[in-house]
Amino acid sequence: MTRKGRRLVMIGVSGLVLVAALALVLVAMRDTIVFFRAPSEVVASGPVGTRIRLGGLVEAGSVRRNPDQVAEFAVEDGGARVPVRYKGILPDLFREGQGVVAEGVLTASGTFMADTVLARHDETYMPREVVDALKAQGRWQEGSGLRQTTQR
Amino acid sequence: MLVEAGHYAFALALGLSVLQFAVPLWGARTGDPVLMATARPAAFGVFGLIAFSFVALTVAHVTSDFSVVNVVENSHTLKPLIYKVSGVWGNHEGSMLLWVLILALFGALVAANPRSVPLRLRTNALSVQASIVCAFQLFVLFSSNPFQRVDPAPLEGQDLNPILQDLGLAIHPPLLYVGYVGFSMTYAFAMAALIDGRVDAVWARTVRPWALLAWSFLTLGIAMGSYWAYYELGWGGFWFWDPVENASLMPWLAGTALIHSLVVMEKREALKVWTILLAILTFSLSLLGAFLVRSGILTSVHTFAVDPGRGVFILAILGVFIGGSLAMFAWRAPLLRHGGLFAPISREGALILNNLFLASACATVLLGTLYPLALEAVTGAKISVGPPYFMLTFVPLVVPLLLLVPFGQRLAWKRGDALAAGQRLLAALAAALAVGLGLLALRWGGPVAAPLGIGLGVFLILGSATEVWSRAWAPGRGAKLALRRAFGLPRATWGGVLAHAGIGVTVIGLAAQAWSGETIASARVGQVLEVGGYQAKLVSLSTRPGPNYTAQVATLEVSRAGTGLGTVDAEKRTYPAREMTTTEAGLLTVGASQFYASLGEVSSDGAVGLRLYAKPLILLIWLGALVMAAGGALSLSDRTLRLGAPSRVGTGRLAAAE
Repeated sequence: MTRKGRRLVMIGVSGLVLVAALALVLVAMRDTIVFFRAPSEVVASGPVGTRIRLGGLVEAGSVRRNPDQVAEFAVEDGGARVPVRYKGILPDLFREGQGVVAEGVLTASGTFMADTVLARHDETYMPREVVDALKAQGRWQEGSGLRQTTQR
Repeated sequence: MLVEAGHYAFALALGLSVLQFAVPLWGARTGDPVLMATARPAAFGVFGLIAFSFVALTVAHVTSDFSVVNVVENSHTLKPLIYKVSGVWGNHEGSMLLWVLILALFGALVAANPRSVPLRLRTNALSVQASIVCAFQLFVLFSSNPFQRVDPAPLEGQDLNPILQDLGLAIHPPLLYVGYVGFSMTYAFAMAALIDGRVDAVWARTVRPWALLAWSFLTLGIAMGSYWAYYELGWGGFWFWDPVENASLMPWLAGTALIHSLVVMEKREALKVWTILLAILTFSLSLLGAFLVRSGILTSVHTFAVDPGRGVFILAILGVFIGGSLAMFAWRAPLLRHGGLFAPISREGALILNNLFLASACATVLLGTLYPLALEAVTGAKISVGPPYFMLTFVPLVVPLLLLVPFGQRLAWKRGDALAAGQRLLAALAAALAVGLGLLALRWGGPVAAPLGIGLGVFLILGSATEVWSRAWAPGRGAKLALRRAFGLPRATWGGVLAHAGIGVTVIGLAAQAWSGETIASARVGQVLEVGGYQAKLVSLSTRPGPNYTAQVATLEVSRAGTGLGTVDAEKRTYPAREMTTTEAGLLTVGASQFYASLGEVSSDGAVGLRLYAKPLILLIWLGALVMAAGGALSLSDRTLRLGAPSRVGTGRLAAAE
């Protein structure tokens, strides 16, 4: 093979792999990203059927655990509340009045069917999205009983 | 008093590393051997001082000296000794100290290495390494000081986050840091080459052991973290495509590309510019990982609340070292003499393809990790990029790479013969197809990914083994000779075979997870639950005291097809010091497969929430990583690569090394 031919093969193969990678990224970005929404946004726009992340505080007194391992609770941000159903074992740090992020789909009836409820490593940690959602509702005070510890 | 001494030693080390940075660099510029020679003792001194300060902090933790803030926040008198020690790096400040310690350790190792590394190269590399040490020392001293005192001293500490009180997580950070930080050495050598404007096969031979060492440890560290997440988080998952996990995967991918391109450079004096760039990028990705984990800009299952001021500091370090090195690269890389082009079908051609795929895969992970941050900064929209994205991008890029691995290994340098390579692989290919199709028929109707993936894994293992076979076996000369020749192969060859077979083992473990079963249910004592062929009977529910916690324990009797396999305890531990609970999964190992039980809520009427999993062949995932790291270690012990061994260029052994 000539020098030029070799160079062409190299450039051709590299281009092919890079284009394939780029195409994969673009397709995946369109189909798989999940938006974060606060309860008031969900109630206002009602994105039924699309996968979202719902973040806020677990409403006090709302948690009910059914015998078939389905948990029901509500997520609120001071402006609105969204009822959530989740089958499975809730994370260790799931508490009423604490921050939570649930991923799933909103049904037409207004109930959020979660398949993932995010766990945290630290009892005083508040998910950043939840802090922002609470700030938007004027419910957040800096250092409001949250010991800012640093770990790891 | 010891703590102050440690603090003082650390500050002294900062001064010394400033000298280690400036003086030898000046010496190398002016060609003054006396100034250049200062790099070695300075590197030893810096390491000694930092090691002393690390010991001082460890003593404070072990003796529960609650006049030190760091100890108060992360320790407790009742904590078992091992976690008092691991608590030193189980927090931000202490782990940064460990990070700096390992940085200095690598500097000292390079300085101690009597191998004939060209003096200018070594001097410049030590100087660059000192600049990295400096930056992180400033970070520790000014924004993450672990030596701060508190007055009055409290009587009791706040305890280490219970989830970190675990043997796996005690050794995970040191392994991971040796990996991350080890790539600082390849970075330093790359910068030294750019400063000198010269790079050749000797450079590649100097750098390769460091890259291999870092890569092996990073492999172990990632595997350890993944195994920990599997048994400690109680979800039965081992990889969540979480940003923090991606932060460790990216340097691993780039580092894997680097150890391959270094081979090309050593053998063929080609890919010089790309290898230098890769060395810079690998460490840059390590730094990026440090930034992502510690700045608190990410929401992840692994991050903790962190002071934003620190994020800015690390961002500055990131800017200086990544920006500086890339600017240096743009300025000096044109000076490097290019190697020739070569045939597409050859060992070097295959290694380029390897680099291409690994770099692309790394780029997709990088995009998936940073895109949410970029989007939020620009539009304010908050999104998350989860496993589906990575399954769609990363997996399709890695599968063809893995398919090509055995072919690449079979190709000769300079001019390979694709057909001959294929012929030699026929046996491996046939066996892999037989296994894949056999499993497909056996589990007809099940997920297709599992048999196909297992077939791929078998192909990787047997394809690697072909390397030994084809080099040891001479037709008609008997098995004894073949055995002798197999054992006579250079360790680097065996290392390569092991590492690639290790990937095969991991791939089999990953693929088999398509067959895993999950049952979430609540049960009463005496009730039997079923998951993936296992029967689990809830025998009892009890409470058990631990050293600094009380545990609620569900005991399950596990059997399969009528034969009892034993009992497992799924625990929920409550740590009073932090009012926190952790889940300890109950694991029952059958061969490489595991039965996994995790305890949920216990309701007032006595119903016990349980999450049960059947995880076929799951241990192979981490076993494969161990095999990979063992392969790396074996290559390192090869006399042509060994750290500290005099290089014997031109001997027959070297010629046979690849």
